[in-house]
Amino acid sequence: MDLFNLGIRSIFIDNMIFAYFLGMCSFLAVSKKVTTAIGLGAAVIFVLTVTVPVNWLLNEYVLKEGALSWVNAGLADIDLSFLRFIMFIAIIAAMVQLVEMVVEKFAPALYGALGIFLPLIAVNCAILGGSLFMAQRDYTLAESTVYGFGSGTGFCLAIVALAAIREKLKYSHVPNGLKGLGITMLLTGLMGIAFMSFMGIDL
Amino acid sequence: MSAETIEKKPAEALLSKRRKKLVSDPLIDDNPVTIQVLGICSALAVTTQMKPTLVMAIAVIFVIVMSNFLISLMRNTIPSRVRIIVQLAVVATLVTLVNEVLKAFAYDMYKELSVFVGLIITNCIVMGRLEAFALGNKPYDSILDGFGSALGYSWIILTVAFFRELLGSGAVFGIPIYDYVSSLFGPDFQLATNGLMVSPVGAFMVLGLLIWVQRTKTGYVEH
Repeated sequence: MDLFNLGIRSIFIDNMIFAYFLGMCSFLAVSKKVTTAIGLGAAVIFVLTVTVPVNWLLNEYVLKEGALSWVNAGLADIDLSFLRFIMFIAIIAAMVQLVEMVVEKFAPALYGALGIFLPLIAVNCAILGGSLFMAQRDYTLAESTVYGFGSGTGFCLAIVALAAIREKLKYSHVPNGLKGLGITMLLTGLMGIAFMSFMGIDL
Repeated sequence: MSAETIEKKPAEALLSKRRKKLVSDPLIDDNPVTIQVLGICSALAVTTQMKPTLVMAIAVIFVIVMSNFLISLMRNTIPSRVRIIVQLAVVATLVTLVNEVLKAFAYDMYKELSVFVGLIITNCIVMGRLEAFALGNKPYDSILDGFGSALGYSWIILTVAFFRELLGSGAVFGIPIYDYVSSLFGPDFQLATNGLMVSPVGAFMVLGLLIWVQRTKTGYVEH
């Protein structure tokens, strides 16, 4: 049941966009049409669900203080956690590449839909943020998988919702200076207020 | 590769007009945050107070300037197929450096900024400047360009932080302005702070309004 709660938490309450501002660049840039937003959202869910557990394994068995003790008892006092940033980003870049190749080979239709978004995801803050939060909060393997999936879903929900609003917004009269980024920031703020109501849920 | 290359002139002055423009353009007219829509990712989360924001701004200035310099030095030896990985490795190394320095000399700040220092790696401004400028220009110009962009970014997040801390906690740099002002009006008077400003929503609102003001001034319209 805890895992379920963690999932709900990471989707709604600790939403990547509305609570931590992660992945804002692609959130703002790719939210002009609902179909592309769904594509990016699906890619983010996918990559987060894969990279967070993989980075967990890396952190647990290589990087953490004393993590290398499974190799040799003499290595127990080695702390490689300062390598975390480089290793995490390397794993993410590699996994994205791998995912891209696998999807291209086995699901060409999906590849066509995700195509351009997949390589961009390597430098999406939400992906690296997911792994860093996982390391900071000491999740277990199961928890980090659920967390990866949940925060990806939260991002997907947010970007699809924003894209839907922006499609409607095309027909409204917005002051010149506010057009584009300005009104989108204000909109995100209003959506954030709506998402804040989830904080009242006691999990 | 979409590099904005600039024609070379022999023996250019150390601070020629063109070079001054490299620094001054990103401040207002071509601001990375309000005009180019980059780098909004990690840094908004630290803008509830001025102090962590200032530390973040300094860290970002350091990372952008140094990475622009290093990549520019290596620009002729990096094969374009693996350039993203090379850039990520350089940036990640610099960010690790910043993180370790913070951990050693400012542990409280390190705790407060937590994962957001690490997220400088994926700050789009860093990668954006490397791709668009450092890969095609000389080291000194790249340093100036990085410095300009980083300053443009810094003043925006500092302004957001100023309003959020003032309206949300009634203070600036931890100095309780609201308490001083209230005491001028007698003991029963107290200025009220706005909790919404401390929450993420406040950041979106302040930045949205800031963009409005800034774009109205520069006359930039997005279509």
